[in-house]
Amino acid sequence: MSIGEYIRDSQIWKSIFRHPAPYDRRNRVVVMLTNFFLHLHPVSVKKQGIALSYTWCMGGITFFLFLVEAITGVLLMFYYRPTLEWAYNDILALRDVTTLGIMREIHRWGAHAMVITVWLHMYRVFLTGSYKPPREFNWVVGVLLLVLTLLLSFTGYLLPWDQLAIWAITVGSNMARATPFLGHEGPGAQILNLGGYDLITNASDARFILLGGRFVGEATLNRFYILHCVAIPLVVSLLIAIHFWRVRKDGGISQPL
Amino acid sequence: MNPHPDLTSQVIRSLGWLYLALCAMNLVWTFRLGKAKASVAALAVWSSYCTALALLAMVHLTKFAEPQNFPFFMPLSIKTQIDGLANPVIFFAVSTLLFIAMIVLREWWTKPTIAWLILNAAILFMALSMTDYDFRQIVGKPDNVPIVAMLFIVGFFTWLFFSRAVENDRRIALGKPTVEKEGDEKVLVWPDLVYSEMICMIALTAILVIWGVVLQAPLEDPASSVKTPNPSKAPWYFLGLQEMLVYYDPWMAGVVLPSVILVGLMALPYIDFNKNGNGYYTFNQRKFSIITFLFGFIPLWIGLIILGTFLRGPNWNFFGIYEYWDVHKLEVLNNVNLSEYFWIRGLDQPLPAAGADASALVKTLAILKREWVGLAAVLAYLLLLPPLMAGTIFQKFFVKMGFVRYMVLANLILFMAALPIKMVLRWAFNLKYIVAIPEWFFNI
Repeated sequence: MSIGEYIRDSQIWKSIFRHPAPYDRRNRVVVMLTNFFLHLHPVSVKKQGIALSYTWCMGGITFFLFLVEAITGVLLMFYYRPTLEWAYNDILALRDVTTLGIMREIHRWGAHAMVITVWLHMYRVFLTGSYKPPREFNWVVGVLLLVLTLLLSFTGYLLPWDQLAIWAITVGSNMARATPFLGHEGPGAQILNLGGYDLITNASDARFILLGGRFVGEATLNRFYILHCVAIPLVVSLLIAIHFWRVRKDGGISQPL
Repeated sequence: MNPHPDLTSQVIRSLGWLYLALCAMNLVWTFRLGKAKASVAALAVWSSYCTALALLAMVHLTKFAEPQNFPFFMPLSIKTQIDGLANPVIFFAVSTLLFIAMIVLREWWTKPTIAWLILNAAILFMALSMTDYDFRQIVGKPDNVPIVAMLFIVGFFTWLFFSRAVENDRRIALGKPTVEKEGDEKVLVWPDLVYSEMICMIALTAILVIWGVVLQAPLEDPASSVKTPNPSKAPWYFLGLQEMLVYYDPWMAGVVLPSVILVGLMALPYIDFNKNGNGYYTFNQRKFSIITFLFGFIPLWIGLIILGTFLRGPNWNFFGIYEYWDVHKLEVLNNVNLSEYFWIRGLDQPLPAAGADASALVKTLAILKREWVGLAAVLAYLLLLPPLMAGTIFQKFFVKMGFVRYMVLANLILFMAALPIKMVLRWAFNLKYIVAIPEWFFNI
């Protein structure tokens, strides 16, 4: 009996993996049904359905990048402090002196890559007509995930607290000032007043809510940090679960009828 | 010494490696042609091209005493010509023409040889351009590197789509099954899918680590709310929206139009009634939806990001790719509102206005009177055009889609067209606002 067989035959191994090693056809089916991580997949697929030239693999890559961002992000959270005093210095230290500071480069480049791959995933799904019935609703979930990916990237952009960060967020969030009715420089905001007092001012409009202040400052840093690390990832995780579940329920990877 | 040298020994050496990589790519290509039994003449041409690239790489990689006198660089005359053509009008016109050519000539440019030549030309153009200092400054900015990569990646996948679609359309015309239908047999997910997922994950991890080691993530000076950089740019993926600010006020460019884009994307499956083209690549069976989507994605979304990233400099002025970003570059802006065109230039009257002590109602009426032409134009655009289109060019759609779906589609198309329309009006007539009511922050 070889060592491998001995280990696979032990009680510990068998208690962890609920199936024998996938060496024969039967067990290759069983492994897909009994393993938590694998059961996202069906047991068998059409050969053309998984061809790279057909799927481009962009949805899978986007999900993988999301995992990379989550792991590197958690590691960065152990080090980085979102305060005016420390934010920039911590990033500087990550770049210059900290062991495994490369996590920050991977996190940053992975974020850029994720924005691109999520666009390409949408591009492919459109071009193969995979949004057509019965997959209409999953396309809508996908659009929401696209928006949330952009928001994740946008909120993360502020955290290094350098010139690039603060001014990109200033330019981006200045738009909110002009939201119709809800921004203090938006059309219709003047109508919303009570007894001569404006309800929508620069201390109560959409931009103020987004930034937690009249300008990009410490409150914004804290707000974006929580959005970036907790709030948006929670929503994204839920939507990803729904997205994958619907892919399976709506008939798997799309195929010619 | 010139503080901004076009050519340094480091640049020349890096270009040498680039040419070597290009040579290797073409060697693989030539070998594949050889295996596919291409003609001797074709093989000879490709082999000599590879040799030329190898020699070029060697010249670059060999030590050269005076880098500033290195013989291979982008000639100044070409640089001046390209910079001279650089303005938003020509950028948009050229990208629209390329877009039309991409669709009309799809059977020609998707041929592997043609596509390969286009790729080679693009890489050679990039490489030669890298000999320019100002070009390097823009393209080499850390945050811009992914955008350069994105250009090539989007190009590649667009080619992949069109070549698959052309092949499938040919098969459909002959009554044969599509490529996707052909490989109909089922395979087990273990090992066929899980292994390729595993390989993909390992490759991606390697790419990310190498990318992180080779290229440092951007980090500028510490944030300062008093030192405004010029230009101040939004994150790169929002630069298309920032570019729209040139033509529309923030409430349109930053709020209404992005919302319309999102609503439009989400509405897409519910307004596309065409049952064909589900699960395979095709162009002929879905012409309208594909042309509309591609126009939104390539010239408008990707194109405007490219424009905003590489061609907009200080004060959001337009700069050629080889041009120095001069803060003092002046662009004369004397844009005129439609109401001024109508009252002052057309009727030779002052703009209607109410006295300072007039009541709110009188003031409102005066504003409406002043802007009535623009308001009427916008209302006609949004209210009259949909029924007009339903009776003419979109008649088939209207019949098939029913009232609600048709109205959603018509409005989405009108909003998408609003951007190019405003651009053309600005360039042709210096039109600033169609409706200009700054009193209410309501400018269109």
